[in-house]
This record gives sequence, structure tokens and C-alpha cells, in this order.
Amino acid sequence: MHAERKQLVAPGELLAEGPYFAGENTYREGGKIFASRIGMADVIGNKLIVVPIKGAYIPRIDDLVLGRVTDIGMSGWQVDICAPYPAMLPMSETPMRRDRESGRRDLGSIHGVGDLVLAQVIAFDRTRDPLLTTKGRGLGKITSGRVARISPAKIPRIIGKQGSMITMLKKETGTDIIAGQNGVILATGKNPDQERIAAEAIYMIEHEAHTTGLTDRVKAMIQERMKGKTIA
Amino acid sequence: MRNDPAVKLIDSKGLRVDGRRLDELRPIKMEVGILDKANGSAYIEHGKNKILAAVYGPREAHPKHIALADRAVVRCRYHMAPFSVDERKSPAPSRRELELSKVIRESLEPAIMSEYFPRATIDIFIEVLQADAGTRCAGITAASLALADAGIPMRELVAACAAGKIEGKVILDLSDIEDKKGEADLPVALLPKSNVISLIQMDGSLSDEEFRQALDLSTDACRKIYEMQREALKLKYHIVRDGTEDKEEMAEVKA
Amino acid sequence: MSATQQFSPVAKLEQKTVVDLILKGKRVDERGPLDYRPLTIMLGTVEKANGSAYVYLGKTKVLAGIKVETGTPFPDTPDEGILTVNSEFVPLASPTFEAGPPNENSIELARVVDRGIRESKAIDLKKLCIDPGKKVFMVFVDVYVLDHDGNLIDAAAMAALGALVSAKMRAFEVHNGELKYKDEKIPLPMLNYPVPTTSVKIDGTIVLDPCLEEEQVMSCRLTVTTDKDDKVCAMQKGGLGVFTPDEVKQIVSTSISKSRDLREKILSKVK
Repeated sequence: MHAERKQLVAPGELLAEGPYFAGENTYREGGKIFASRIGMADVIGNKLIVVPIKGAYIPRIDDLVLGRVTDIGMSGWQVDICAPYPAMLPMSETPMRRDRESGRRDLGSIHGVGDLVLAQVIAFDRTRDPLLTTKGRGLGKITSGRVARISPAKIPRIIGKQGSMITMLKKETGTDIIAGQNGVILATGKNPDQERIAAEAIYMIEHEAHTTGLTDRVKAMIQERMKGKTIA
Repeated sequence: MRNDPAVKLIDSKGLRVDGRRLDELRPIKMEVGILDKANGSAYIEHGKNKILAAVYGPREAHPKHIALADRAVVRCRYHMAPFSVDERKSPAPSRRELELSKVIRESLEPAIMSEYFPRATIDIFIEVLQADAGTRCAGITAASLALADAGIPMRELVAACAAGKIEGKVILDLSDIEDKKGEADLPVALLPKSNVISLIQMDGSLSDEEFRQALDLSTDACRKIYEMQREALKLKYHIVRDGTEDKEEMAEVKA
Repeated sequence: MSATQQFSPVAKLEQKTVVDLILKGKRVDERGPLDYRPLTIMLGTVEKANGSAYVYLGKTKVLAGIKVETGTPFPDTPDEGILTVNSEFVPLASPTFEAGPPNENSIELARVVDRGIRESKAIDLKKLCIDPGKKVFMVFVDVYVLDHDGNLIDAAAMAALGALVSAKMRAFEVHNGELKYKDEKIPLPMLNYPVPTTSVKIDGTIVLDPCLEEEQVMSCRLTVTTDKDDKVCAMQKGGLGVFTPDEVKQIVSTSISKSRDLREKILSKVK
């Protein structure tokens, strides 16, 4: 191996030669493995990867995403999930209403343009746009809370190892936090101050994701801010 | 480009108008990630050149019909501010800017792994805020950084530098007066790891020997510039370590 | 032809957050309703231009450059120099900016900045006459928006003013209509220092210096440009909403005092 674990690498840098596999954000050329994105090099077994620092959101099946409805079509809604591709939420992928009138449902009455929805990606490949579903517990239209938008590459940092960071955030701010894989995060609390502090903490994590001792610093910041705020 | 006997470009000590040796680069400063809205950005000062490069993408193709089925469309716009040159330039794109937009795109596209993003676009914008010859090369260098800063997968960075000839001598990195009064201008862009050239243009007059000399000068300079690019990227994203292992650091990565 | 512009690229819920905060007297970035974002001005960043100024207003970044050249005067003002203000919303500044000729927002901004400079007689155009009817100096003000996070008009006008006030041109004398340059550099003949302040109305509340998120939920905006004598020299209302006459009067009063503060900041940089 040429690069050290957790070394910052730039595109084109040589990571390793020999019996290694080229994992995420690396590529193989003539027996050598190079980085293709800027990030931190790491090894899992004998697979080399680069953990990216920045980048667009590319949907993956089963991803939870928060998106904004941009258009209403004949059989569903077009949703902006901050990806290079517009996503589609078909009517057939929304929970059936028991009091549904026969004939065509009025799509606009379920989700209007500008609505925020929590959905799951059920299909996506190179030839077609991502497909979403809101059939699932907790999925569907979001009506309250504060939105924070960050770089999708930082979402793992928001969640933390085994959810440690996001659990701390929820506990310290008293809000429920849903982190979409597409970089859109929702914080819902009993009052807007809690939600704002949660958003501040999220932006702080995004900004300082590459530093150490972050969890403690964020926790301290939240506790400082929460002083004097009424927690209903 | 004619030899003007009244202006001496190389003095008796073999130094140029700005005091440089024949094979010396102008001072270069690079900064990454200076814009807020762009996905990636970089600013470069190369001699008196001041150039801003920014990248948006991959993003949805607008209009839809330009999209390609198997990879991203790379678009590039090279543009000069009206106050960037000695005589004010109209903001409307000139034929020169249109030509440079094309050759710059073609110098960067080989390094971009655009096959990762079919049906999307990657947009590169280069704005020259102050020009002093060598703007397309400095623009390519900055655009490379902006692409990396945006997290766009690339095979490697691209570095560029021009060489040329003044008063019969082959030189590196022409300044404005040398470009105007010299005998040849040879801008070159290099993919340093693969050692291949993605941009080469020339105007003037060079013998075969002079050309080889000039090409070597510029490719060597490209390699030096590549090291500076790496430094600039690392400076932006340096990992702060305080000696103790933070268990949070290696957050889970999706396999 | 002007057409209704695209709706906001943020979810209704996010817009609601901005509005709800405003109604409580707070703003998304915790400023007071009359507070400007942190303002930084750097002069002379483009040495080749006669003058230049780079303004950071919060995250908004605008660069203005001045070029002074010679040309023929307009027939109706044969003894006056010419002022031209142009603005470029270059595509790198925002995902919403497209390459191409200036759109209506860019043109509006250029004309509002121009109006402030022209109506306040900021530049003594008569001093820029070389040969009446034949030759005058032309002052080109080019505003370059580099990063759009709201309130481009104020940032652009402050950059233009900073650039004008710090600009240098070659000293000259005129003998029998002939222009002769001298060695030294002189400043542009400035008589006034116009500064605009822009307010927006969000659900009935007026706030100054809108950031991008606030612009996306505003119903309308009012830009008021005042000069060094606290005189209003230009105004521009934008957006689909409406103001009451009292709101307009209130905004004008606030603007006069706010402009004073901003003017001081800009001029102190030139010392």
C-alpha cells in the first residue's frame, strides 16, 4: 500500500499496488489502484476505498430521502431529491385511503407542489430516474419541523457510529431528527428554538466533520444554547 | 507578433522584463472552495492573472434533450470580465472565448469519469477577473481544482502551462507583453499521472528543436503546478488531529 | 418581454420556517430586522482596472471594476463625460443563473445602481470633458456577481461606489481640444456618494438586507438610494406584493440613517 489509512488523497493519487481490490471512489489501472475523488483513504480487508468529503447525492435503493414536490403528473408526483435526476412518486406507491372515491383521485389534494415528503427509494439505475414510495411507517407528507440541508457526504457523520451522534443530538435538543440520505434533514421539536439549535448543531457537524472530538464539542454547544430556553 | 526592436524582452543578464529567468514560472497562488453556492470552486493567481473557476454538478440536464444516455454532458464556459484587460472588453462572448471554452472543456473532459452520471450535466465556469496571458492554462488548473472540490470523480487532476519563444529564445510561461511581442505561444495541458497531453495549441513559428524544448519546458512546469494543486486541496481539507483517536472519526460508510 | 419568474426552489415548510421566525421578530440567521450582515470591502483587487472593489455581504460576493476610456459624447450633453453601468449575473454565482445576455433581473440591478450614481451626480461628468462635442472620458462600471446569497442590489451598488471612490485615472490636460496625459494618477472627480438600502416585506413585516432565504419568501422589496446629504436620489420597488404608503415612508426614514452607516464604512476604506 502507498497511502496510509485515513490519509487525505486527491484524484489520481496512487493508493496501492498488487493484490488489492478497487472499492468506492477508487479505480484500477494496470495493477495499480488510484483515488478518483478527494477524501480519506481506507482499507477494509484488502479492499481500498476513499471516503468522500463532498459530492452529489446519487440515489441507492432503500435510501430514506426528504424531497420537495415539483410537479403533479397524470399518475404521480415529480419530486426533487437533490440528485442529478428528478424522482417520481407514483400514485400506486402511496398508502391507499379507505374512503377513496371511485374513479380518479385528485392527486393535488394529497400532495401539492412545494410539499415536503419523506420517502424511500425503491428503484434506480443508469437508464431511468429514481422511483419513490411513501408506503411505509412514518413516510409521507411532512407538515412541521425545521429543515437543514447539508452535503450528502456528511450524512454518515450526522448519524455517527451506530447512531451515536444522532442519538446525542435528539437527546440534547429534545427533537426528533430524521436524516435523509440525500442531505436533507428534518428536526421536529415542541418549539422552534429547539429546532433551530438542532439545525445549528447539524451545520456545525457539517462544517467540522473532518475534525476530532466533535461529538463533545457539539454537545457542549447545544447545552450552552439550550440554557434559558423553555423546553415545553 | 513581431519583433519590436524598441522593446527588449531579454536583457544583457538573460533576464526577462519581470526579472525572471527564461525557464522560470510566475508566482502562483491557489485557493480551493471559496464560493458558497457553487458545488466546487477554486481561485488562482498566476502572475497577474486572477481567475475564478466553479463547478455545478452533476445536476439535472436542462434542457432535457442535451442529455446523453451513457454519460454526463460536460459543459464549459470561459469568460472574461470587461475590466480584466487593458482596453475594456464587451461582456458579450467573443469568438475567442467560444473557442477557448471548447478547448478547455476538451482538456478537462478526458480526466472526468463522466460515465458515472448518465443523463446529467457537469457545468464548469471560468471567469477571468484579470488577464495577463496564460489565462486558458490558469483557467484549466483552477477548473481542475474546482472539479475535485465538487467531489466529481476524476482519473486525475489536470495542470496547464504555456511555453513560447521571445527574441529567438525558448521560454516558459509568457506574460502579456511577451505574448504580444514574442515569436511563439504554446499552451499545454497535462494529465500528470498518465503523462498525456489533453490540450495543445500553438501559434507563431518554431523549429522542430525549439518545439521539443518548449514542450519539455511546459510539461515540466505542469508537473510542478500539479504538486501545487495537491497542496491547495490538502490545505483546504486538512484533517485536524489532536493525538487521541476519536471513535467517531470513521463513521460508517455504506458498502 | 417580462414573464413571471420561477417559484421558489425550497419546500413550503422551509418557507414557513422563515416566515414564522420573522413574525416572532427573529430572522433565520438571528439578525435583528434592521441589521445588515457582516460587510467586508476590499479595494483595488484588480490592478489592471482603473478601480475595483470586492464586497462580501454575508455570503453574497460582488466584484465591481471601473474602466476609463475615451469616446464621443452624447449629442444632447456635448460637454459631459459618459457613465455606463453594466451587470453580469455570471452562472457560477448561483444554480439559477444561466449563461447568456443579461436577463431582466441583471438589467434591473444595473439600472438601479446607475440611477443612484447618476441622480446623485456622484461623478462630476463635466470634469471628464476633453473636447466638447468631440471627445470625452467614458466611465464603465462593470458589476460582476460572484456568489448570490441575497440582496445583490446593495452589494453591487456598494462595490460600484467603492470602486469609483478608489479609482485612479491618468492626470490629463487639454490644449486646443488635444488630450495630453501627464505622469501622475488622479482620482475620478467625485461629488457624492450614493448608497442604497434594500428592505423586503415578509408577511407584513419589513426587514433590511434580505438573505437569499428571505428573498425566496418575500412578497416585495423596496430599494432606497440616498446621498451624502441624506437626500433620496433613487427608489425601486420589486416583486409581486404591495406596500402601504405608511410602510414606504417608514422604509425611507430607516434607509436614510442606514445608508449613512454604510457610506461611512465604504469611505473609511479609501483613506
